[in-house]
Amino acid sequence: MKSFVCLLTVMMLVLTTLPAFSAEKNELVVYSARKEHLIKPLFDAYTDATGVKIRYITDKAGPLLQRLKAEGEHTQADLLITVDAGNLWHAANEGLLEQIDSSILKTNVPEALRDPQGRWFGLSKRCRTIVYSTERIDPAELTTYEALGEEQWKGRLLLRTAKKVYNQSLVAMLIAEHGEAKTEKIVRSWVANLAAAPFSNDTKTMEAILAGQGDVAVVNTYYFGRLQKKNSDLKLALFWPNQKTSGVHVNVSGAGVVKASKNQEAATRFLEWLSSAEAQNLFADANMEYPVNPAVKANDQVAAWGAFKGNEMNLAKAGELQAAAIKLMDRAGYR
Amino acid sequence: MSLAPSTTAGPPIAGALRHRIMRLNGWHFLVITVALLVLAPLVVVGGSFLRPQPELWQHLYQTLLVELLWNTLWLVLGVPAGTLLLGVSLAWLTATCAFPGRRFFSWALLLPMAMPAYVMAFVFLGLFDFSGIVPSLLRSWFGPAIPIPDIRSAAGVITVLSLSLFPYVYLLARNAFLTQGIRALEAAQSLGCNRWQGFFRVALPMARPWIAGGALLVLMETLADFGAVSVFNYDTLTTAIYKMWFGFFSLEGAAQLSSLLIVIAFVLLVAEQWQRRRMRYTPSGRTGHSGERLQLTGWRGRLACSYCGLILLVSFGLPAMQLLLWASSSFGEEFDRRYFAWLGHSLLLGLLGALLIAAVALILSYARRRQPDRLTKVLVWISGLGYALPGSVLAVGIYIPLAGLDNILIDTSRRLFGTSPGAIFRESVAIMLLAYLIRFLAVGHQAVDSAMQRIRPSIDEAARMLGTGGLALVRKIHLPIVSSGLATALTLAFVDIMKEMPITLMTRPFGWDTLAVKIFELTSEGEWERAAIPALFLVAAGLLPIMLLIRKMDR
Repeated sequence: MKSFVCLLTVMMLVLTTLPAFSAEKNELVVYSARKEHLIKPLFDAYTDATGVKIRYITDKAGPLLQRLKAEGEHTQADLLITVDAGNLWHAANEGLLEQIDSSILKTNVPEALRDPQGRWFGLSKRCRTIVYSTERIDPAELTTYEALGEEQWKGRLLLRTAKKVYNQSLVAMLIAEHGEAKTEKIVRSWVANLAAAPFSNDTKTMEAILAGQGDVAVVNTYYFGRLQKKNSDLKLALFWPNQKTSGVHVNVSGAGVVKASKNQEAATRFLEWLSSAEAQNLFADANMEYPVNPAVKANDQVAAWGAFKGNEMNLAKAGELQAAAIKLMDRAGYR
Repeated sequence: MSLAPSTTAGPPIAGALRHRIMRLNGWHFLVITVALLVLAPLVVVGGSFLRPQPELWQHLYQTLLVELLWNTLWLVLGVPAGTLLLGVSLAWLTATCAFPGRRFFSWALLLPMAMPAYVMAFVFLGLFDFSGIVPSLLRSWFGPAIPIPDIRSAAGVITVLSLSLFPYVYLLARNAFLTQGIRALEAAQSLGCNRWQGFFRVALPMARPWIAGGALLVLMETLADFGAVSVFNYDTLTTAIYKMWFGFFSLEGAAQLSSLLIVIAFVLLVAEQWQRRRMRYTPSGRTGHSGERLQLTGWRGRLACSYCGLILLVSFGLPAMQLLLWASSSFGEEFDRRYFAWLGHSLLLGLLGALLIAAVALILSYARRRQPDRLTKVLVWISGLGYALPGSVLAVGIYIPLAGLDNILIDTSRRLFGTSPGAIFRESVAIMLLAYLIRFLAVGHQAVDSAMQRIRPSIDEAARMLGTGGLALVRKIHLPIVSSGLATALTLAFVDIMKEMPITLMTRPFGWDTLAVKIFELTSEGEWERAAIPALFLVAAGLLPIMLLIRKMDR
């Protein structure tokens, strides 16, 4: 018993006083809300190419921002990677990101997909678009997001939960275009057309179409891509809405240089590399997304979904109007 | 200590305070230290009221609040009812009866504990939702018009949470039934009670502190659950807390909603203590049931066996099969050598955390035995509150003060020595262990404390008369008696820590990824097939302590 207690004490001591890690010169620290299996290949490639080592920690965007705030000027983080423009906008709004003036980033990332002040940059693009059952629907019936609230879709529409940031961004962009009153009407008409209570994820939503619970839904392109990869005979197809008006709702995963970083120079180099032709395919293909860099082509499976016109309003709007969008959806009964 | 007399207080108050402090002893200080540890994050959370969010509250009040409260209320009523029904009946069968397969079921029924609730939720959705396997089959047999109850409802969530949480009640109730003196039952029978009456009028009331303790754990776990309810898109207070934070980016709003949970938990704790007031739960005479089990033969035995089998199948068999199926399809893509490191981290953190929790739980429980005054009582209640908070909120509550302390240390060191060693807390495992302690102390304490109730005061007196006191009394007499409670505490804490996600995510130093972290990463991208591999590792790692525990209890 005694020796056991001794052993335990020693173990505790050793563990809890492990030499505190401090960043080496040739090393970058990344806080990432994009998941490890989607970014690790890029980190490895960068280390191979430049010798710069990359340490990282992953978590949800909310806790990561809180962590950055709590660590203040002594944070070790150099780069923040998150998904959804809304999250990036909030990080910038909290003053956590540095303004970067880089001609490379300005060339590689289209204007709508980066912060007007240069605090964050989109790195991969996904569309939140309409998916429909090829068995029961003629795509000629489909036109816009707004039209999904029309009478003909009563009891046929399926949606993911309003708690997901992707839907919040979609509605925020609708608010930016139509104003609150009209958008609330649109969302209410969606809710009235729902065939089932909102789902917790896009995959389940599409499976419900396959099972016949509904006929159309709004999902992110890469979730569709994953189902398609598993089942080449998928009875679903993507539709690009709003082609005659504002364009398909696009969103990004992206990154910004941490304001308190001691390696802003190196972090900027890495960010530039991530937007380069060399890295863009690695970045996008890992999750079947579109590269943001216009000079880089999407991979074959993604390109086969066809060309589309994307919404060109700056994505910062999604962040600005996110709270308004959530409140609006709450009022409209969209859960 | 915060109780030190302050200079601003008037002399009489300071005098009274000093008088009170003089009466505090070592036990008090130990308990105060633990309570302060737990209070620190709660205060950070409570401090959010300094920045009121009237607009968000008004919005909530106008739109969702009533619905959220109803939804939460259903769970708070339904899940304990479900877990009590399952847990107590199964515990009674395996602890006091003999039927085919009893030995196997007595440990196997704890297996669902190793299965995270959100995994169970996802598997159940895959089986029973409209697009799931079972309804699809039913529709193909009986036509598309067949009415199928919607699993994405209060009843569905209650079912899943009950199936995943009943082992808490089962474990504690079984412990009680096993250590109950058989004489009481014999006495009941000699007074004309039949078996049923004996169960309801003697055994069940005698096991009440254990069962209530288990139910309390279930309740707090239900209040804090986010994973399972969000898979069902079932809105509760917890999902609202997350929305406040991740949607409105109002940590203050989230913290204010969380304090509602703390209040509910505190009321529950007090109620639980109140229901066992002035009761002594010490056994009389022989304990254990060896050779005295109720023989269930013929159809009775088969019924008992099928009942246990059915519960085991739905709560563990089905989810495990689904996980295996997924794992086999993604093994080549997902598995690599890093899994051993993650497993190692999970095990090590679980072990260290569990030992710490069991030790502190023992101290608290012992302090209350030695010092049964109101102050100690209240402090011990406070120490259990961390369990009712959603993990993420608690994690922030712990991280903010410690990171702040780190920054102060760094700044001071720079000013004094011109250099600094870097962050101390946030780059070490100590912060994780501390966070686990604050989160899971209630689990350890319930298990240890219910066992502590079994030590009759006369034992202490007898030992003292024979010249054994102090630490020797603890080591020779008390520890052996509470050892089953300690083992339970260790196992529960170990498995809980390994499953824990938000605290691990937020407080881990670089390179300390665990299996739970991996599960989080894959499931949050919807990669369920791949997430099955770390999930299986996690379940397997939880099996060993569970089996050891049951062997110890059955001896």
